[in-house]
Formats: sequence, structure tokens, C-alpha cells
Amino acid sequence: MSIRSPLSRARGLGSAKDGVQHWWVQRVSAVALVPLVVWFMYSVAGMSDAPYLEFVSWVRQPWVTVLLVLFIGTTLYHSALGLQVVLEDYVSGEFKKIASIIAVKLACAVLAVAGIFAVLKIAFGSI
Amino acid sequence: MSAKSAQTSRPLSPFMLGPYYKPQLTSMLSITHRLTGVALSVGTVFLVAWLMAAAGGEQSYAAFSECASAWYGQIILIGFTWALSFHLCNGLRHLWWDLGRGFDLKTVYATGYAVVIVSIVLTASVWLVACCL
Repeated sequence: MSIRSPLSRARGLGSAKDGVQHWWVQRVSAVALVPLVVWFMYSVAGMSDAPYLEFVSWVRQPWVTVLLVLFIGTTLYHSALGLQVVLEDYVSGEFKKIASIIAVKLACAVLAVAGIFAVLKIAFGSI
Repeated sequence: MSAKSAQTSRPLSPFMLGPYYKPQLTSMLSITHRLTGVALSVGTVFLVAWLMAAAGGEQSYAAFSECASAWYGQIILIGFTWALSFHLCNGLRHLWWDLGRGFDLKTVYATGYAVVIVSIVLTASVWLVACCL
């Protein structure tokens, strides 16, 4: 027997049977980002004023390519999860809330695809 | 009828900040974690723009580099580094809490001050390494 009202069940805002999934993947991506961020900060800061050829040959190194792809994918996944929570907390009104979450998630997907594509184009393309 | 008006006049989060709560290290670090998270998400736009500029060729890369090395570009880069350092350090603090550790008041304040100091030291060390190596 549920003590929830039929209206609350119909609105479907309670448990959708994925309870802690969001919480977990946010933590797992956070753990993955710890070493990636340390690598990213120290290596990318050194590249911030690099001339074109130096930057391109740095990106083309196999491990740099792999780490950049992992960093971009994980960062934008973690961003999408975090921004979703911020919007859920501060945007009032179901329509505005859901619309803004969808917009932000799609924008994160666009950025992830664009970033990963750029890295792979540099890695596989000719200089 | 009264249910509806009660619902619409309810205050919205984060209404407790400001008039009801005195600013404390703990609450300030908590909101800074969110703010840096949002700022870093916006920062990914610049990261992707940089990589896209490089993928586009020498000319577009040079145009982006010019903006990045201008005073406003440098401010954004250093701000981005600090936001990333802070979110990393305070994120580790959060992961430690998720293990159920470090919740007593003394430890919460000690790790809070540590996060502030380490994030500044980390930012400085990143740019020292970038400029000197």
C-alpha cells in the first residue's frame, strides 16, 4: 500500500525507479576527473601560448589525444549532471525547468561532439 | 483555492542565504562550489573554441591565440584555472564526505580553509610551471 496520493503518483515526480543513479554517476565521473583535471591543468597551461605547429604536434601524440578525448567527454558529462541539479533547484515552473534542462543537456552534447571531433581531426589529419 | 495561493507565495531557494543566514565559511564554500561548477561549464565553450580553431588551421588558431594572450584572455585563463583548482579541491572534500568521513565541525572548517589555500597554491603552481618550463 502506498501512502502517496493518486495525484502525486499521476504527476510522476516521485521515484522513477532510478533513485540514486544520478547521484552515483556524478560521483563516478568526479573520481575519473581527479587525475584528468590534474593532467589537463599542468599540460594545457603550458600550451596556452604555444605556436600552431607546437600545439598541433602536442595534440597528435597518442596519449595526449586519448586523454583529451577522455577529458572532454567526462567533463561535459559531469557538467550536464551538475547543471541539471542547479536548474532543478533554482528554476521554478515545470515547463521552464524541463525546457532548460533539455537545452543545457543538448548544448553539452554539442560541445562534447565538437571538442572530440576537433581533437580527432587534428590527430588524424595532415599538418 | 488557498492551497494555490500558498504555493505561489512560497519563497524560492536559495532564499535562506542573505537575510536569514549569517555568511559562514561552510555555506560560502558550498555556493562557491556551485558557482565554479557553472563557470567551468561555461569555460568548456572556450576550450572547445580553442580546439576547433586549431582544427580549422593556422589562421583560425592565430586569431584565437590573439584573444587568449590579450589581457582579457589572460584574466579568463587564470580565473578558469582557479575555478578548476577550487572545484577539484572542494570536490575531493565532497567525495570524502560521501564516504561518511570528516563531518565534525572542527574537520569541516579545517578542510574548508585547506581548500581555499590549496586552490590558490595550485593555481599559482600551474602558471609557474607553464611560464618557467
